[in-house]
Amino acid sequence: MIKLKLLEIRNLKVYFNTEEGIVKALEDVNLEIDKGEILGLVGETGCGKSVTVLTVLRLLSNASTISGQVLFEGQDLLKLSEKEMLKIRGKEITMIFQEPMTSLNPVFTVGQQLMDVIQLHMNLDKKRALERAIEVLKLVKLPDPDYIVNKYPHELSGGMRQRVMIAMAISCEPKLIIADEPTTALDVTIQAQILGILKHLKEQLGVSILIITHNLGVVAQICDRVAVMYSGYVIETGTVAEIFQHAVHPYTRGLLKAIPPIEEKVERLNVIPGNVPNLITPPSGCRFHPRCERYKDGVCNAQAPSLRQLTETHTYMCYNPYLPEGVVEEVNV
Amino acid sequence: MRSFIIKRLLLLIPIFFGVSVLCFLILYFIPGVPAKIIAGEGATKEDIENIRVVFGLDKPLYVQYLRFLRGIFTGELRSIKSGESILKEIAPRYVGTIQLAFSSIIISSTLGILLGVLAAVYKNSWIDNLAMAFALIGASTPVFWLGLLLILVFAVYLKVLPSGGREGFKSIILPALTLGLPSSAIVARLTRASMLDALSQDYIRTALAYGIPKRKVIFKYALKNALIPVVTVIGLQFGFLLSGAVLTESVFGWPGVGRYIVDAVFSRDYVVIEVGILITAMTFVLVNTSVDLLYAVLDPRLRKG
Repeated sequence: MIKLKLLEIRNLKVYFNTEEGIVKALEDVNLEIDKGEILGLVGETGCGKSVTVLTVLRLLSNASTISGQVLFEGQDLLKLSEKEMLKIRGKEITMIFQEPMTSLNPVFTVGQQLMDVIQLHMNLDKKRALERAIEVLKLVKLPDPDYIVNKYPHELSGGMRQRVMIAMAISCEPKLIIADEPTTALDVTIQAQILGILKHLKEQLGVSILIITHNLGVVAQICDRVAVMYSGYVIETGTVAEIFQHAVHPYTRGLLKAIPPIEEKVERLNVIPGNVPNLITPPSGCRFHPRCERYKDGVCNAQAPSLRQLTETHTYMCYNPYLPEGVVEEVNV
Repeated sequence: MRSFIIKRLLLLIPIFFGVSVLCFLILYFIPGVPAKIIAGEGATKEDIENIRVVFGLDKPLYVQYLRFLRGIFTGELRSIKSGESILKEIAPRYVGTIQLAFSSIIISSTLGILLGVLAAVYKNSWIDNLAMAFALIGASTPVFWLGLLLILVFAVYLKVLPSGGREGFKSIILPALTLGLPSSAIVARLTRASMLDALSQDYIRTALAYGIPKRKVIFKYALKNALIPVVTVIGLQFGFLLSGAVLTESVFGWPGVGRYIVDAVFSRDYVVIEVGILITAMTFVLVNTSVDLLYAVLDPRLRKG
């Protein structure tokens, strides 16, 4: 039986007009998330992770070009009216942001903010909405939810605020939660707790989670599959095992090598030479070619590689990948 | 919250004491002997001596101060010029001033906040440009000129509103507009800046990501945050309206405290000046205390006393 895809992003392209020129933020992004799956989206700052998810929710107001498809349960979100999108945001797809300190409104209580969302999407009266708010605060394991519900954000710690944010994210029983670097601003202990809660919610509620991060440790800890982004392309996707053990794209390999080993002392950390490319005048062909150790002149710089498939779950975009011995590459256009 | 309110209200006591002492001492800050100042030029020695006794200037300073305070509330304190009880003279004028100040504050805050929000929401559009052009003109228009212009248009040409006096609702419209329009310009500019700041915050993105309709995001989520600095300025504007109303009161023949004090200055009616300034200052203090309390309503972070 074919597993039903919850979200499919096909050939997504997003450009911005700026005074310096056209910023080609996303060139060809392909992603899919199954029901009840946690997908990690990794990549350096500025590679287009946030633009991708903001496009899914249609929260970009200043993009000059948006093309491709964002299929949510088969329905193209890019074709919906603004009014129809209001029913998707916060109900079907919800978001958790990077900055728990500023993502909640400072002048309303936690309860008021939760209830606003709950009343909007769940059609509940005030009393029932309050009950639901307390219930979801319990689900994210906040101590004493009856008390927290009347607190203002500034009275809570960063970790608690992020739990409130997660509570808001699950309050209307969404099908997909997008978490944009949910643990970056938190210390390591709190980070572990938050990831634990997300994983638990996935198991308990069967919700799918798209987690954006530049921390491969987070990926290893909770994700089922990984998508690696580089400069507006998803250059490799696979299960966590496939990516961590048999990554084929030189960039993915570079990222993995950049994690310092705990067991041995190293003099210098491994880095990928060069910088993230400029998005106004990106390199020709594969955008990674100027930094790539397997660069082939006349091939890599000529045309962007197409999406190729290694296994049912493992895809990549590269002309000269690190293929396992005996594997002949399959081209899937 | 309750302790914050009590603290604020208790703070009024020392402020009122300080203000009343300052006002009382005005007579002593002016160079020369108080009795001579009150008596004016060309007074004889007996006149001056007489005044010292009548005004109690021969008593110790603290007794004079207490008599001054008691005099205000009992109405015993009399104007030097008219001999009437100051309390009786000032009460109706005070009501007039407060009416005028409140009407213009209502005009300036509603118009100012509305224009500011529109300008921020439609940033860089023609709506924004129009609102800010209005703000620029409004802020740089002299009050007396605006007053005369309004009289010319609405009283002389259109004949729909009276040009002056204080008879009924219609007569307050023009003076309130004259005072309120320039002040609304300042409120509009500040609201725009404050609103733009609020709209760019993360919590607005959160609200939008959760499907909250844009109108609600603007008027509930952003505006409540944006109003905090605006309320401060509206409070300060109120002080300006109390003191700056003199010109408007003169242009429209509106009987208010401002004109009463200015008249007293011209006729050297020092007791009236003392009382007038005291009442105006106290009103200002009360308004600013209310603004402080309003802060706490708007921003929970300020509620810790």
